[in-house]
Amino acid sequence: MALLQIAEPGQAAAPHQHKLAAGIDLGTTNSLVAAVRSGQAETLPDEQGRHLLPSVVRYTADHVETGHVASAQATRDPLNTIASAKRLIGRAVSDIKSLGKGLPYEFVQTDSSVPRIHTMAGDVSPIEVSAEILKVLARRAEDTLGGELSGVVITVPAYFDDAQRQATKDAARLAGLHVFRLLNEPTAAAVAYGLDRGADGVHAIFDLGGGTFDISILRLNKGVFEVLSTGGDSALGGDDFDQAVAEWIMQQAGIADDAEHKVLRQLMQDARHAKEALSDAESVDLDIAIPGGGRWRGRLDRDTFNALVDPLIRKTINACRRALRDAGVDVEEIQDVVMVGGSTRMPRVREKVGEFFRQPPLVDIDPDRVVALGAAIQADVLAGNKPDDEILLLDVTPLSLGLETMGGLVEKLIPRNTTIPVARAQEFTTFKDGQTAMVVHVVQGEREMAEHCRSLARFELRGIPPMVAGAARIRVTFAVDADGLLNVEAEELSQGVKASVTVKPSYGLSDEEITGMLQASFEHAEEDLEERRLAEARVEGMRVVEALQAALAKDGEALLNAEERERIDTALQQLVEAIEVDDAGVIDTQAKHVEKVCEFYVERRMNTGIQEAMAGHNVNEFE
Amino acid sequence: MFDLSKNHFELFGLPVGFIIDGAALAERYRDLQRVAHPDRYASGTEQEQRLSLQQTTRINEAYETLKNPVLRAQYLLSLHGIDMQAEKETTRDTAFLMEQLQLREELEQLRHADDPQAALDELMERISAMIKKQVAQMAIQFEDPTPTNLAAAREAVRKMQFLNKLLSEAESLEAELEETR
Repeated sequence: MALLQIAEPGQAAAPHQHKLAAGIDLGTTNSLVAAVRSGQAETLPDEQGRHLLPSVVRYTADHVETGHVASAQATRDPLNTIASAKRLIGRAVSDIKSLGKGLPYEFVQTDSSVPRIHTMAGDVSPIEVSAEILKVLARRAEDTLGGELSGVVITVPAYFDDAQRQATKDAARLAGLHVFRLLNEPTAAAVAYGLDRGADGVHAIFDLGGGTFDISILRLNKGVFEVLSTGGDSALGGDDFDQAVAEWIMQQAGIADDAEHKVLRQLMQDARHAKEALSDAESVDLDIAIPGGGRWRGRLDRDTFNALVDPLIRKTINACRRALRDAGVDVEEIQDVVMVGGSTRMPRVREKVGEFFRQPPLVDIDPDRVVALGAAIQADVLAGNKPDDEILLLDVTPLSLGLETMGGLVEKLIPRNTTIPVARAQEFTTFKDGQTAMVVHVVQGEREMAEHCRSLARFELRGIPPMVAGAARIRVTFAVDADGLLNVEAEELSQGVKASVTVKPSYGLSDEEITGMLQASFEHAEEDLEERRLAEARVEGMRVVEALQAALAKDGEALLNAEERERIDTALQQLVEAIEVDDAGVIDTQAKHVEKVCEFYVERRMNTGIQEAMAGHNVNEFE
Repeated sequence: MFDLSKNHFELFGLPVGFIIDGAALAERYRDLQRVAHPDRYASGTEQEQRLSLQQTTRINEAYETLKNPVLRAQYLLSLHGIDMQAEKETTRDTAFLMEQLQLREELEQLRHADDPQAALDELMERISAMIKKQVAQMAIQFEDPTPTNLAAAREAVRKMQFLNKLLSEAESLEAELEETR
C-alpha cells in the first residue's frame, strides 16, 4: 500500500516502534529526569554520574550556567544566580514580596506583570529560569536515550494553582518540549510505589519538598489511581525550615535582618547544613562569620531545633486531617503512608506523620527520585508504548474555582477535590437596568471573599442587550482539562453574545511575550523560527498519520464500509504528500482536512470502546 | 458521540433509584474511564483528544451526581419531572430554620473559641450527621415515589442544601483560620 512509503529512515517512527519519552521532576531545590528503559524506570545521570541537577541557573554577561556549576557560584554571585525559581513561578510581584526575606534577588519593575529579576544578562522571569533547567534535563535524556523525545511528563505540586500550572507549561514551551501531561507529584510517587507493590487500597502520599508541601489521599484499584482528595501549601518546604533556623542564628548572633544578600545567602546555607546534620546528630556546633568582623560560635541541639520547626510541621498535619475528611476516609483505612521529597528525611517530620497516621511511614524508595520515576512510567504510557497497560490516573482540582459576585463574595462553580476533567455551568444575571456589560472575575481558593482568594483572570462580556435588572441570563461555564488548566466561557443566552478566555493569569506571560522569547532564543542559537514551525507541523502531521494508520489497522475493516474507507484513505494520502512539501501552512491545512473527514470514524471508534467497556453490565444483573 | 438520551444511571448500567450500589458504580466508572480518558489519547490527534475530553467530562459529571446524595436526589426528582430551582427554593419548616440560625451563630462565635479548630471539627461532624439523617429519610421516600413522598424528598433536598451551604461556610472559616494564624 502506498501509505507505507512515509516511514522514511530517520524521519518518523513506524507506529509500533518504541517512542522516546521522559519524566521530569522540576523541583524547588533539585530537578531530575527519568525514563523507562527495557521495562524499568530509572533516573538518568549526567556525564559525571550525578542524578540530581540543582535547580539553579546563573546568568553571566555572555552565557547561562545551570546546575552544579551555577550552584557553586551562588554565594559568590548571589544576584545573578537564581535558585528556587519554583517558589516564584506563576506568582505576581505582590505575592513574592509576601513570601518573605528569603529571596535575595533584585526584582525589577516592568510593564509585564510577570516578576523579573535583574541579572547581568538582562531581566529574566522565573519561567525562563525554569525553561533553562528543563532544557538541560531534556538534552540529558536525548543524549542518553539516543534520539528526540516525542514528549515529556512534567510534575507539579498537587497544590499548584492554575497560574502556577500555566507558567510551568509556558516554561516547557520555551524549552521547546512537547508536554504530554502535567502530573501531580504525589500521584507520580504513587505510581512509582503502587506498581512496585500492586497494593490495592487507600494510600496517603506525604510530599514535603524544598519549597512545596502536598498531601494526597488516593485509592488504587487494578491499575486505576483515583485521587480522592489533595491538600497542602504551595509555599511551605525545606526552605522554610532553613529560614527558621537562619532566623534563630541571627537572633543568637545579633545579626540584623537587613544584612546584605551575600550574608543572608551564606546564613541560609549554614542553616541548611545544620538542619541536615541534625537528621543524624543530637546537636550541631555552629561557627558563623558576623558581618563587619568577628565570629559567633554556638550549639543547636535537637530539642531547640524541633521547637523551631514544630509550627511548620503542625501546618502539614492540619492539611492531612483536612484531606482525610475531604476524602471521606478514616485514618484506620489508610493502608500506608508514602514519604516523598527531601524534607521527609527529617526525623521530626517522620515522627509526627507516623503519630498522626498511627503507623510508621514508608521511606524505602529514595524520596528524591520517586516522583521522577513515576513521571517516567506515565510518560511511557502516554507515548503509547504500552497500549494494553492498565494504569490510569484520575486526579482532582486542588482548590475551588469560582466567580466574584455582588458584594465581593465568591460563588464556587467547581469545589476543590473534583475529579478532572470537569465542566460546570451556572447562570447569572444583571443587577442594573439596561446593563450591557458584565465583568467576569475568576478566582481560586477556599475563602468567602474574592479579595482573599487567588485572582486568576478578569474579562468582560460586552454587548448584552439592554433589559431590566435580573432579566438577562448569562451562562458562565468553567472547564478544567486533564492538566488541571481552566478555561472560562460566558454567554448571554437570549442573544448568544459570547466571550471566552483560556485563563491566562493577569501576571502570566502573554502569547506575544512567549513568541518574543522564542524568537530571541532562536536568534541566539542561529536557528530559524520558520524552520522550527515547519518541523513542528511535520511532527504534528505525522502524529495524525500514525494515529490514523494504527486505528485503521485495528478496526478499519470492522467499522467502515468501502466508500467511507476510500474517503479516509484519499485524505490520508493527501496529508502524506503534503508532509513532503516544505510548507507548514499546507501541512496544517491537510492535517485539519483529514481530521474533518475522519470525525465520524473517531466518534464511532470511541463509542465502540465505551460499549465494549459496558458490555455484560446491564440493569438485570442487579435484579 | 455519546447517546445523550441516556440518563446517568443508564450510562453506568445501574437501576434508577436512590439507593445505589456504590461498589458497582465505582467499578463501572473505572471501566468507562479506562477507555475514554484523555490519557488514552495523549499521542492521538487533537480531534481524538477533544472528543475524549468531552466524554470524560460527561462521565465525571454523571459519577459525581450519582455519588453525592444531594445531587443524586435532585437528579432523581428531575427524572420524575420535578425540576428544582436550585438555590432559590427554600424550606418553610420554621423549627429547622431556627436550628439553622443557631448553627450559623455558633459558627460565627467559633473564631473566638479557645481551640477554634477542635470546635470547628465538632460542628462540622454534627452538620454531616444531620445530612446523613436526611439521606436516610430520602432513601425511604424514593422507594415508594408517590407524589406525597416525592414532595417530602424535595423538602429534604432543600434542607440538605442549607446544611451543605453551612458546611461550605465552615470550610471557608477553616481556610481563614489556617491562613491568618
